[in-house]
Amino acid sequence: MESLKDKVAIVGMGCTAFGEFWDKDPVDLIVDAATEAFEDAGVTAKDIQAAWVGYTNQDNAMTGIILASALQLQFIPVTRVENACGTGAETFRGAALGLASKTYDLVLALGWEKMKDAGFGGIGQAYPGKWHPVYGAAPEVGGAVARYALAATKYFATYGLSPEEGKRLLAKISVKSHYNGSRNPKAMLRNRITIEQVLNAPIIAWPLGLFDCCGVCDGASAAIMCRTEDAKHFRPKGDFITIKASAIACGPGWGKERTNYQYTTWEETEAAARQAYAMAGITNPRKELSLAEVHDCFSVAEMIAVESMGICQKGHAKEDIESGAWEQGGEIPINVSGGLKAFGHPAGASGGREVYEFYKQFQGKAEDPTRQLKDVKMGLAHNQGGHPGNFVCGITIVGEPPSS
Amino acid sequence: MLGIVSYGAYIPIYRLSREAIGAMWNKAVAKGEKAVANADEDTVTMGVEAVLDCLSDTDRSQVDGLYFATDSPPYVEKQAASLIRAAADLRGDILTFDISHSLRGAGSAMKTAMDAVKAGSAKKVMVAAAERRIPAPNSDFELQFGDGAAAFLVGDTEVVASLEGSYHLSSEFVDIWRKPQDHYMQSWEDRFIRDEGYTKMMPQAVAGLLKKLGLTPKDITKAAYYGPDARTHASIGSTMGLDPKTQVQPPLLDAIGNTGTALAPMILVAALEEAKPGDRILFATYGDGADAFLFKVTEQIDKVRNRRGIKRHLASKMMLPNYGKYAEIRELMESEQGRRPARRSSLPVIWRERQHLFPLYGQKCQVCHNIQYPRQRICIYCQAKDNFELIRLSDRTGKVFTFSMDQRAMEIVLPKVFSVVDLDGGGRFYSVMTDRDTSKVAVGMPVEMTFRIQLEGSGLYNYFWRVRPIRC
Repeated sequence: MESLKDKVAIVGMGCTAFGEFWDKDPVDLIVDAATEAFEDAGVTAKDIQAAWVGYTNQDNAMTGIILASALQLQFIPVTRVENACGTGAETFRGAALGLASKTYDLVLALGWEKMKDAGFGGIGQAYPGKWHPVYGAAPEVGGAVARYALAATKYFATYGLSPEEGKRLLAKISVKSHYNGSRNPKAMLRNRITIEQVLNAPIIAWPLGLFDCCGVCDGASAAIMCRTEDAKHFRPKGDFITIKASAIACGPGWGKERTNYQYTTWEETEAAARQAYAMAGITNPRKELSLAEVHDCFSVAEMIAVESMGICQKGHAKEDIESGAWEQGGEIPINVSGGLKAFGHPAGASGGREVYEFYKQFQGKAEDPTRQLKDVKMGLAHNQGGHPGNFVCGITIVGEPPSS
Repeated sequence: MLGIVSYGAYIPIYRLSREAIGAMWNKAVAKGEKAVANADEDTVTMGVEAVLDCLSDTDRSQVDGLYFATDSPPYVEKQAASLIRAAADLRGDILTFDISHSLRGAGSAMKTAMDAVKAGSAKKVMVAAAERRIPAPNSDFELQFGDGAAAFLVGDTEVVASLEGSYHLSSEFVDIWRKPQDHYMQSWEDRFIRDEGYTKMMPQAVAGLLKKLGLTPKDITKAAYYGPDARTHASIGSTMGLDPKTQVQPPLLDAIGNTGTALAPMILVAALEEAKPGDRILFATYGDGADAFLFKVTEQIDKVRNRRGIKRHLASKMMLPNYGKYAEIRELMESEQGRRPARRSSLPVIWRERQHLFPLYGQKCQVCHNIQYPRQRICIYCQAKDNFELIRLSDRTGKVFTFSMDQRAMEIVLPKVFSVVDLDGGGRFYSVMTDRDTSKVAVGMPVEMTFRIQLEGSGLYNYFWRVRPIRC
């Protein structure tokens, strides 16, 4: 088994602002993200030989045609991928494999989601087997918040936190994300919040309140990719990044029905991290990663994901959160972009948006200079779809190119 | 010996005080309260509760029939008894039917069951009655109507109350009625109904029964009979020549309300709970005539004392804080339409899963011995294929492993408490917790199973098992 490490490069990226765009449709989002990426790489749509497009919603598009039709790609292979919130990671994986196999030389990976035409907040029924009177109909087994809240309750109970202590700890994660997002012009929520605001917000699903949850919104992100040996052709200055690892771990499900499932660890994230670290040759992620963009659809999701990826010891998130280790300037900045919390979560677009954060940080192009990290070498983008006990996790690790 | 072999009952945990109804409508009301079924309960689910209470540790495979009486079935067309049978895990090759259209149904079911056992066509028959009638807001019925259920196992061995005899009267006397298109009950002037109906019909049937048996009212130890309200109930008793202090079993009307078809059966359960061997118990139902039965309690009665019955269910209650909460769980007012996609269901799915949805069979892997639900082809613990033993989980208790309380679920009673429960004896069950006080929900809390309406979708009631804190 060969590693993908450094075989594939990202030479151009685009990302729309994320938000509630009542005046934009899927085509607008796709065209805006792709245009930025094309211009960044100095290519046109005609140069693209194959594309991977990711989105989860079934209501406003189907197949790869949405991408071909939006960008007027002329009869090239376009593959639609879908792996819930891991969809973005899946577009990178598909594109990377297409390049590594030398089937194509220049490809596009694009993720998008248009969620705000639905007419309701949150996510609707998205689970397969939706006719099952008990296990299919999503609202019957809990919306996403209720399912993640099960983990929060268990985490508190396992590590001896009272609900009040637990909620205060999680509040610090949301406060950090809002602070980071407030300085990021592409974020949806750019307001700063206080711990008291978080604690006093309405409960959505106990113990999680309004500010423990990310919003859903519209957005798209895109990457132009080629093999590393060709990257300098597009970016002669060498300011491109390479893929160090691309991992997907699909859990066998039924976690919430298995007595050995603990809710305090995301098993799929552990597995995807193992795959990714092995591929990238990472032994100490906390030291080796310059930043991690983590799937924080809920505050508790970030906390448990960071532990599950071995960036923090299990059960020790409290020390890290209280010491500020995950903040900008801390030992390992987590969601320095503002994360899903500040950006919202257009499911198919989030994975690419996370890689975009590293790409811009690496190039020293963070829009607001106060956001710019120093000495950026390697970053991790993590997403998990589904719910505790039933996840698919995608991890993409990107970093500076190998010295030639 | 022919008679009642076991009894059981069910009273919903919620009660509404008449004071709360009076406060809503700004009117003076008598003291008392009524039992109110939760939003996820109907006559089927209450029937299941009473039947399971009645069965207790009885071998369920020995039940040869289930006759279900109600005037408020969930479906106007579609049997309720078949659903109760399925949830109670009774055999499939038995006679089930619903008796409806008259509050006298429980008496008719009892007579039919006795006749079946006497004729030898069945050894044991379950007779169940449940009611959940919706009274018109601000009507007298609203102060009176309550919800509940009772069940009796009829047989000819190990009888706890032997049948001395019965008497049946059919009369075209109309007092209350409801046409298919009517939301609420209609009735004639109450004085007419009381004078010509209640205080004549039942005494006439009871007199006929006593005459047939060569007995007098003095021979009755306790009388369990229908009456729409406490006052009318008392006057029926005195017309029958009973001493109200010693011979009349208190009718529960001010504690649970008038539970219609289920009322006389519930009063009978209360009487049996206190009965001593040798006692003669009168049981009489009313509606379009009357049915009267006389039972003699046997020495076996002490063997069925562990039922939750009336006494324990009555003591276990939660008060609805106000009329608004009642209106909400009764869906008396049209509420805001949800914006999220409508719920759906599928009959082929329900049919495929019938053994797992209704009697809640899970599987035990024959290789690693882990219990799992829902059913799998490949074991979720050891990945062995198709090597399972079916195992019923609906009679298990368990402990909450973790929970969350969703304020925005598509559910009438919020928050919706999602519970991950580790079952005693193995297995984990993911479910919704009902009949709960949210301030007391905790990790480690003991729970038990209860059959409820899980959702309505595609025009169907979808029933499933939920958990609740151990009731009593």
